[in-house]
Order: sequence, then C-alpha cells, then structure tokens
Amino acid sequence: MNIVVCLKQVPGTTEVKIDPLKNTLIRQGIKSIVNPFDAYALEEGVRLKERYTGKVTTISMGPPQALDMLRDAISTGADESVLLSDMAFAGADTWATAYTLGKAVRKINNFDLVICGRQTLDGDTGQVGPELAEMLGIPFIAYVSKVEEIKDGKIRVQRMAEDGYETIETTLPAVITVVKEINTPRLPSFRGMTKAKTAQIPTWKAEDIGAEKENVGLTGSATQVVKIFFPQRVQKAEMLKGDAETQANALVAKLREAKLI
Amino acid sequence: MGISIDKEKCTGCGSCREVCPFGLIDIIDDKVNIKIEGCTLCGACSDSCSFEAIRIEKEIEKALSGDDHHGVWVFAEQSRGEIRSVAYELLAKGKELATTLNASLSAVCLGHNVTNITQLAAFGADKIYVVDDAVFADGSEDPYVTELVRLVKQYKPEIVLAGATPFGRSFFPRVAAQLSTGLTADCTGLDIDIAKRLLRQTRPTFGGNIMATIICPVKRPQMATVRPRVFKKNRPDASHNFELIRIDFNKESVTLKTRLLNFIADLTERVKLEDADIVVAGGRGLGKPENFQLIRDLAAALNGAVASSRPPVDEGWIPYSHQVGQTGKTICPKLYIAVGISGAVQHLAGMQTSDCIIAINDDPNAPIFQVATYGIVGDLFKVVPLLTEKLKNA
Repeated sequence: MNIVVCLKQVPGTTEVKIDPLKNTLIRQGIKSIVNPFDAYALEEGVRLKERYTGKVTTISMGPPQALDMLRDAISTGADESVLLSDMAFAGADTWATAYTLGKAVRKINNFDLVICGRQTLDGDTGQVGPELAEMLGIPFIAYVSKVEEIKDGKIRVQRMAEDGYETIETTLPAVITVVKEINTPRLPSFRGMTKAKTAQIPTWKAEDIGAEKENVGLTGSATQVVKIFFPQRVQKAEMLKGDAETQANALVAKLREAKLI
Repeated sequence: MGISIDKEKCTGCGSCREVCPFGLIDIIDDKVNIKIEGCTLCGACSDSCSFEAIRIEKEIEKALSGDDHHGVWVFAEQSRGEIRSVAYELLAKGKELATTLNASLSAVCLGHNVTNITQLAAFGADKIYVVDDAVFADGSEDPYVTELVRLVKQYKPEIVLAGATPFGRSFFPRVAAQLSTGLTADCTGLDIDIAKRLLRQTRPTFGGNIMATIICPVKRPQMATVRPRVFKKNRPDASHNFELIRIDFNKESVTLKTRLLNFIADLTERVKLEDADIVVAGGRGLGKPENFQLIRDLAAALNGAVASSRPPVDEGWIPYSHQVGQTGKTICPKLYIAVGISGAVQHLAGMQTSDCIIAINDDPNAPIFQVATYGIVGDLFKVVPLLTEKLKNA
C-alpha cells in the first residue's frame, strides 16, 4: 500500500478572539496546528500501512513554516514528507490547491490511496478532497468513519451519511476524506521522534511537479476574494429575570407571543 | 498579480498591521513586511495606508462580453425520491438572481421516480430538467457527477447552485473540478453585481469570525453551495407556468466504480436536525450523559429535535449526528434553545442564524447570550424541568 496523506497547517482557531475596539482577529500568540481532521487522515494512513504493509507519504502545500508539521508527521508514523512551497502557490483557491496537490500526488509514483481530512478549520470548504479526486481522475468517497477492508484492488469503507451509515466499495487508487470518528491519533513515538529529527524533507516548487504557472496560486484560481469584513453581532438578549418559576413562565409567554408554540 | 510595498514611502507606522484580517503583517526594521502565504489580496492594508505605500495588483476581469452562458440553475437534490427542502430555498434566491439578470430560472432533478417534480415550478422554476433513471437510486455519487457535467456543458447556464448538504458538499466540488470552474462553499449571501454581470458570493470563514465576498470572474458557470435553511423558500404558486424537459440518461458516459453495499439508519435521531423547526441543544453544562434526558424531554414537549454542542459528542454522551457547529451541522430553525452551552464561536457558526435563540446558562458572561433573543441566567436543572412541565400543559 502506497498511501499519500494531505495535511494543512491552520491557526488553532479555538483561541481566536475578536478585538472589540478594532474589530480584527487577535492572532498574537496563536500557534499553528495541523488541521485536526488531517491528523485523523494521517493516523488512518499509518494504521493501514501497519495492517497491509507499505509506505505513508505526507504532503502539504504551504509556507516554509509547514516543515515543522511535516516533521511531526514523521514522528507519528509517516515514512516521508514533502513540502509544496512556492511563492507562485500563494492565494490559491480550492481549484488551484487541488490542481497543485494533484500534480504532486502524480509525482509520487504508484500511489494506491490518498487520504484527506473532511474539511479544514480555517477555510472550512471541504472541497479540496473531492476536487483532488477529479484532478487525478479516480474514485472519491467522503466522510469515511471506518476502513473495513482493502483487498484485490478494492477498498470497502463505512461512511457517515445524514441519517446513518453507508457501506461503500470502490476501486483503487482512490481518494477518501475522513471524519473524526475514524480513530484516535497516536502520540509521537521515541523512535519516530529520532527519525523525524534527521529526516530530509524536500521542498517541491511549481516546476518540480510540472505545474503550469497559470494554473497555480492566485493566477490559477477560478475564484477571487473581493471583500473581507467582520460579521456584526448586534442582537442583545432580553434577559428574563426572577426565580426559575418566573423565568419559565416568562419564556412560555414569549414563545406564545412569537407563535412558536 | 501580487502586492508590493514602496519602502521609500513606508514609514513603518503599523496602521496596516492593525487591519490585516489574517495577521500576516509585521514591521521589520521600521518597514512593513507581508507574508504572502495566506494573503487573499483583500486590500484592507492598502486602504488603511496613509502614504500610498502598499500597492495591490489584482486584475479583476469582468465576465466576457458575448458570453454564451445564460440562465440560473438550481440542482434539486432528492433523497429516496423526495425533493429536499433546500431545493425550494435555492429556487427563492435563484429567482431573485434570475430576475436581476433578466434570465430564466431552471431546476435540474436527477433521480428515479421522484415525486412532486412540478412543485419545483410552484416554488419558482421556469424550466425543469429531469433525468429519470434507476441508476440514481443506487446510492453512488458518480452518475450524478457525470450527468450534471454533461447537462451543464450542453445547456451552458451562467450560475449553478446546490445545497451544502453532505451529498452536495461531496458531489458538487467534483462537478466544479470537471468543469474547471470555481465553487464557493456554504454561502450565506448571494447577489449580482449587475455592471459586471457577476455573482457575488458571501460566506463565513475562520469559524464564522470573518465574512468573505468571493467572485468567479472568468470561468463559467459560477457555482456555489448554500446550507439548508439559510434562505427562506417562497410561498408555492401552483399556477406558475413552466416547461418540463425530460432527458434520457446517458448510460455510456458512466462506468460505476463506486457501489453502495449497505445502509444502517441512525435510529437515535427521531426528527431530522436540519429540517426541524424547533431544536433543543445541550452542552457541557449538563455534566453527565444521563442529564441529556432533560434535553430529550424538553424537545419532546416542543416536538423538536435534539442537538448538542461539541463537548458532549467528544465525551460520547450523544452521537456525532447531533452535533451543531463548525465541524457538525449548520442549522437555522425557527426556535433554538441552547441549554448549558457557553457558545464558543465554533458552535455559534452552526446556529447563529436561527430565527429565535433562547439561552439557558448559569454564567451571565457566556458568549451564547450575545446571539440570544432571550436569555435565562439560572440553574438549568431547575429551569428546564419547569419549562418542560409548563409546555406539556400549555
């Protein structure tokens, strides 16, 4: 099994706060973390490698700082990591990102399975996984919660549907995206950390993966951001005061007034 | 394209650093330094610069004149033969867009023995494209992708909208990738820049902390997904004239690689969260899994659905299918009652557009009160049972 796992470094948004005076994000002291869903993708890749033998390669498109994350990936079981970093990649939308990742995955020969997280915490689109599958021209399964079996060039998985679980089978190579139910990521091992320390992590630029400049970064993006603004939260709650009895009565009255009951 | 700083003009005053929504600006040696990765060229920094030291070079090309793409399409998602409510909501917004563009509004339904197809016209569609084939009932996404791509290439709409349901979020990006066009996920606002004939797509990002307006200037069609219940459907008008266009499924186009083998229903969810008018949600404040019964009882009294913030799901008190928030479901019910939920931004991202929000929490400073319509500061273990009792008798 030759497995490729896509990782993205994102700001740890749980700590993001709005500066009430300037109405901007306070980003000071916020660490970059691996996108949580990608951590499940990596863990699943490593588990499948342990089950079926093979190799796990992690790739990430991002600034040079993402090297730390790729090194951490090796300490938790990845065999190799590759950074895709080029000024030309900056400002990429999901289409240009999927194009760039697709070029890099193709360069990793004979891959069987590509695993991505279901979405990122920052961009939150969940589009790169399915778009990557189309760039590679291979099958796609989203929201995988369990890999049941890989056998005879096929993969059978359980995936979360809106009102239950589906068992789905497809042919390899394929792209899957995973949800957090799939596993609990392991901590770095001592051996992994030693390996990570000395690991050579190559940086691939556009020309290294044969990506056309007009298809990467902002130039290659079909969409453009034209405006950024902060949502206004003006609504202030009307507080229902008194003891529990009074509060409950007041609420029932309000609900009745609004014809909600 | 890019961003450039005139180091002669820059005084290192730092006003641009303050406004950068992404925190990418540093002052190094009294001069501005911008980390280009992550920069969307939004222009906040250049607008704030009093010295015209920051220049953004961004070509926003307008739509090609004489472009042959015309009309607004709504992908009418069906599930087991029933058209989903989000299709009607999209038709309401689609009608607005089509009217502004002086174009027609079409619904596209791929399915098998779908009931109430003509409802799509009652909710606003001027044309209904229907492809009926048993393959669409097999549970594989692949034929939906190939068939919609084929229809878009043939009929050339300028805008195609779909619901950001789990199905839509998985299949629609594949359609966009095959058409080599842009797609904007989870839009909460759609309008037309009529001078450029462009769809302006506004969506929350960074867990709902930032809103971004996005365009797709050159590629066609312009594609967007919208979560259920973000837009309101119009009152149905059964007298609306429409044209029904039946198209044969192109069997040769699809080689099915992906097969659905089995489906296991999640029986813990009696009322579907996304479709519920009333939702009662419990959070960490419940303390232990047994206390979720308080939420279930209140929901039952209101005939509503049960939801959860993330901590109870992480603790295993309730299945993930009930989670509301950034990494769960986004809902917009008429009434949302948050019990023992503090209201982290990730949770607010999933419910803050609800019509009426009730917050019950013992901490008066909990952020949930910032989005609530009515707030009750108190002991949920006293207030909730009383409320349930009164509603039962109401």
